[in-house]
Amino acid sequence: MRLEYFQMVDRVVELGPDSISVASTVPMESPVFEGHFPGHPILPGVLMVETMAQTGGWLLLALNGLTRMPFLSKVGEAKFRGFVTPGAELTVGAKLVHDGSGYAVVEARIESAGKRVADAEITYRVMPFPAPELEQMMRDTARRIGLPGQA
Amino acid sequence: MTSPVFDRIAEIIAENSEVPREKITPQAHVINDLGIDSLDFLDIVFAIDKAFGIKVPVEAWTQEVNAGKAPAEQYFVMGNLAQRIEELVAAKGAA
Repeated sequence: MRLEYFQMVDRVVELGPDSISVASTVPMESPVFEGHFPGHPILPGVLMVETMAQTGGWLLLALNGLTRMPFLSKVGEAKFRGFVTPGAELTVGAKLVHDGSGYAVVEARIESAGKRVADAEITYRVMPFPAPELEQMMRDTARRIGLPGQA
Repeated sequence: MTSPVFDRIAEIIAENSEVPREKITPQAHVINDLGIDSLDFLDIVFAIDKAFGIKVPVEAWTQEVNAGKAPAEQYFVMGNLAQRIEELVAAKGAA
């Protein structure tokens, strides 16, 4: 993870027909932890949401062959069940709930040391890439994280 | 007299927006009259997809309207919307 760059997914572990599992390691140090919180550094809940949203987003990108971009449009029933501290090894999973016309819904969860620490239902608008730079960045990132099907 | 499909869609809209059920008539335009915004509409379409086991082709409808191939009323006036949903449900049953 590089929190300051919103790089929340380190690598894809498994991709199924309607699910994905990724791994991410929370950095030991980050300016984020200086404020959140002094003496008690924990990953902010909003970044856990971002981590789940990106994981579900990679599932959708894999399913559509990187032809359309999922944009976060709704976070439902987000629960933060435990603290996530620097150095934590996270397993993040997402499962497709519904593939609609121009939108999609996934259920996502984060586990740390075998224990669920967060979950949410996430809705995306799915649309053509609005900028070639974004499409290129997603293709580059897909290769970096080892999204299957990306040469 | 409205159809069961119309009534179910009206219930879904009332549950997923701030529009009171009694305002949702067959003549009401989902966006212009009921004031449903795009995010509420997403919730509504998701609920309709789930309730009827279909995939409402909102993208194709929007493209038709934007290209001038169909009037918006054909899809977004409640009575017509219910009719389109009934057609999708019937097509699913026939498949």
